Amino acid sequence: MDAEMKKMLEGKAEDIRVDIIDMLCESGSGHPGGSLSMADIFSYLYFSGSLNIDPENPRMEDRDRVVLSKGHACPVLYATLAEKGFFEKSHLKTLRKFGSILQGHPDMKKVPGVEMSTGSLGQGLSAAVGMAMGLRLDKKDAHVFAILGDGECDEGQIWEAAMAAAHYELGNLIGILDRNGLQIDGFTKDVMNTEPMIDKWLSFGWHVIEIDAHNFDEIESAISQAKEVKNAPVMIVANSVKGKGVSFMENECGWHGKAPSLEEAEKAKSEIAG
Amino acid sequence: MLNKDVQAILSDENKKAATRTAYGEKIAELGELNKDIVVLDCDLSKSTMTSVFAKKFPDRFFDMGIAEANMMSVAAGLATTGKIPFASTFAVFATKRVADQISSSIAYPGLNVKICATHAGLSVGEDGATHQAIEDVAIMRAIPGITVLSPCDGTETGKIIEYAASHYGPYYIRLTRSNIPVIFNDNYKFELGRGTKILEGPKATLVSTGFMTHIALQAARELSDEGIELDFINMPSIKPLDEELVLESAGKTRLVVTVEDHNIIGGLGSAVCELLSEKMPVKVIRMGVMDKFGASGEPMELIKAYGFDKESIKDKIKSLVK
Repeated sequence: MDAEMKKMLEGKAEDIRVDIIDMLCESGSGHPGGSLSMADIFSYLYFSGSLNIDPENPRMEDRDRVVLSKGHACPVLYATLAEKGFFEKSHLKTLRKFGSILQGHPDMKKVPGVEMSTGSLGQGLSAAVGMAMGLRLDKKDAHVFAILGDGECDEGQIWEAAMAAAHYELGNLIGILDRNGLQIDGFTKDVMNTEPMIDKWLSFGWHVIEIDAHNFDEIESAISQAKEVKNAPVMIVANSVKGKGVSFMENECGWHGKAPSLEEAEKAKSEIAG
Repeated sequence: MLNKDVQAILSDENKKAATRTAYGEKIAELGELNKDIVVLDCDLSKSTMTSVFAKKFPDRFFDMGIAEANMMSVAAGLATTGKIPFASTFAVFATKRVADQISSSIAYPGLNVKICATHAGLSVGEDGATHQAIEDVAIMRAIPGITVLSPCDGTETGKIIEYAASHYGPYYIRLTRSNIPVIFNDNYKFELGRGTKILEGPKATLVSTGFMTHIALQAARELSDEGIELDFINMPSIKPLDEELVLESAGKTRLVVTVEDHNIIGGLGSAVCELLSEKMPVKVIRMGVMDKFGASGEPMELIKAYGFDKESIKDKIKSLVK
């Protein structure tokens, strides 16, 4: 990746993080930790040109699809879609408020660019499997990206979907696992150990690529490799820092689902910009 | 519209078919006409009869293994790409096991998924309580935006499947394992939110649905021989209910009896009570499973033991109209 592209993506990730903090501060509730951990990956997906999408035509038939299976991290999706021009940025301040298109968990009927309504964990990956099957039946080249949480992998349905995706050899399905090691009640290893995560996906028949979720070169290389795999689904296991970019939120399970105060938001934004 | 006169319909010589068989044949026929139709099943295709479609259109049939939760959300994903997924398994697994997947992945986004659940009710028979869905209609009715349909014979099943395939939105279609006499001929037309009055009489209104219609119809027919003439209504459309037909009849008879192969909580009887208590309070007696689990046995043996067979219906109505 050239320096100019990297600088642009870093700038977008910074804007996304600032928007996440502002939205959550304004709404007074929501999920910062698992939104911030995915900001770099969302910046890459939507601003590097890697997705075939058109904000002017959000239902374009041949488009690539992104399903946020870990729906509670919707601030990162909303901030990214607004930055990309799917809807006016002024909506961000209405997050979680009555009458808003930006519900507490994503609603595909309300928000242009949201491909699936999610929130009840474990279901988005299955929906992505269905999308990949449908696109393949229609002989479309599009890819389906499913963003999962590592805590979400406690859900049995994830493994039902994992089996089905491998069984049907869905080469057009790319999972991205936000492996931040935390869930609401604490560290995933203490709450419900999902390790060995990589071995699990391999044994379910997926092609697995492990990356640093905050390194654009690694993200780029993983996604281009994943697109080359034609006969199996790919899981990009993205080792991330929950709350990335805000020192007092990083690796703190308390910031899974808590909004920052005005003061905390100012401190967070100065760190992000710094 | 009726296949034959009521007596002939109920005779042993009349043609019988399980509604699951009619479903399997119809969906295979529609698959020819509409290439967007896809079918999913959870390792029960030989029982749900989706195997007919699977054989004809292997590329558009997806066996999802014994994983119902995944099947429902996969069906939702397929629907977002413009497919018309028919997802089938037994009614117990298609509802109780996956209520959240249906609610969150299918109904909340209002996706075009048709859940065709077979083996509903006590009439499953020998498999016993774990395989007899008696809560499925209650669960599906309570989820916003789902149309709930319960055909009473093969003809009505075919018409309902055609209707569902050509009308957008989430549907729950309740089908049976056991054979049922063919009540309607091909001139029967299904309309959403419409029931059919098969017999007319002033003494009471008898409303039934699905597997129970041929049994309740026979009870009504025999009561008329004894001079107790009833309005008999078949109600395939449980949500939305045919309010007009129920109100018109209840206004005349002032006594309503409902019969269903389902818990009396949350099904057809509840839907009728909800309507009448708000718009026309009259006495309603609900017949069906009295909030108990099922058991193993032959279908008709069970329905008798649980107190909603033909004789129980006749006795109940006689005791009410005296």
